[in-house]
Amino acid sequence: MIRALIRTPTLTRPGEVVEIRVLLQHPMETGFRPGVDGQVLPRDIVTRIEAHFEGERVFAADLFPAIAANPYIAFPMRVTGAGNLVISFQGDNGFVQRETAAIRLA
Amino acid sequence: MTTRRTLLAAGSSLLLLRPAWGTPESLRAAIDTFTGGKEARNGRVTLAIDPLVENGNAVPVSVSVQSPMTPADHVQRIAIFTPQNPLPEVAVFHLSPASGRAQVSTRMRMATTQPVIAVAVMNDGTAWRHSVDVVVTLAACLEGG
Repeated sequence: MIRALIRTPTLTRPGEVVEIRVLLQHPMETGFRPGVDGQVLPRDIVTRIEAHFEGERVFAADLFPAIAANPYIAFPMRVTGAGNLVISFQGDNGFVQRETAAIRLA
Repeated sequence: MTTRRTLLAAGSSLLLLRPAWGTPESLRAAIDTFTGGKEARNGRVTLAIDPLVENGNAVPVSVSVQSPMTPADHVQRIAIFTPQNPLPEVAVFHLSPASGRAQVSTRMRMATTQPVIAVAVMNDGTAWRHSVDVVVTLAACLEGG
């Protein structure tokens, strides 16, 4: 498990467009960079982020080595009601993780 | 007979064999793959990035597209490309009418001073782009050195 921070607005109204912010603690090793022994370090990045709200996919992103370490992604979402936002991550070396954030109405 | 001329010719052909950076051809191929072969026109896309960045390891970048984001007219995909990073692709974002607004932000690495290109593909298949020239004072350590 790696640390994942997901920021959702505290209280929203239906129809409002909100910004969801995701920050992952991940080295995003590019696979182009030599280590201290001169050998190129193997690639280790997060390759895909998907967000589902109550079963419907609202956002997805494919990431490449040019994304900075500790990737930060902010994306918009139109609030349709209260519910759970499930954000899943996939990456190299079999990395899979799933986080849930609640969307609450005012 | 080995002359200075043949040695120079051999040397330059060796350099051509292995480009250390991404090439304009790989950039064009990556954009063509992303747009499905459609020519990306200028407009509708706004790429927000500082024209002068001190640290290429984490460059804040934001892309927004003028679109009502309705089922009839919305942005399907937004991508960011660079010509001189080892790979032309930076990220591809998939949006839908459920997004409500076409705006995404992230932080990227930049290997050197170069343009950054944002491309958006609409649901009607048209592609739009915006390019910004960015000067980098401290490059991201992508290839050591």
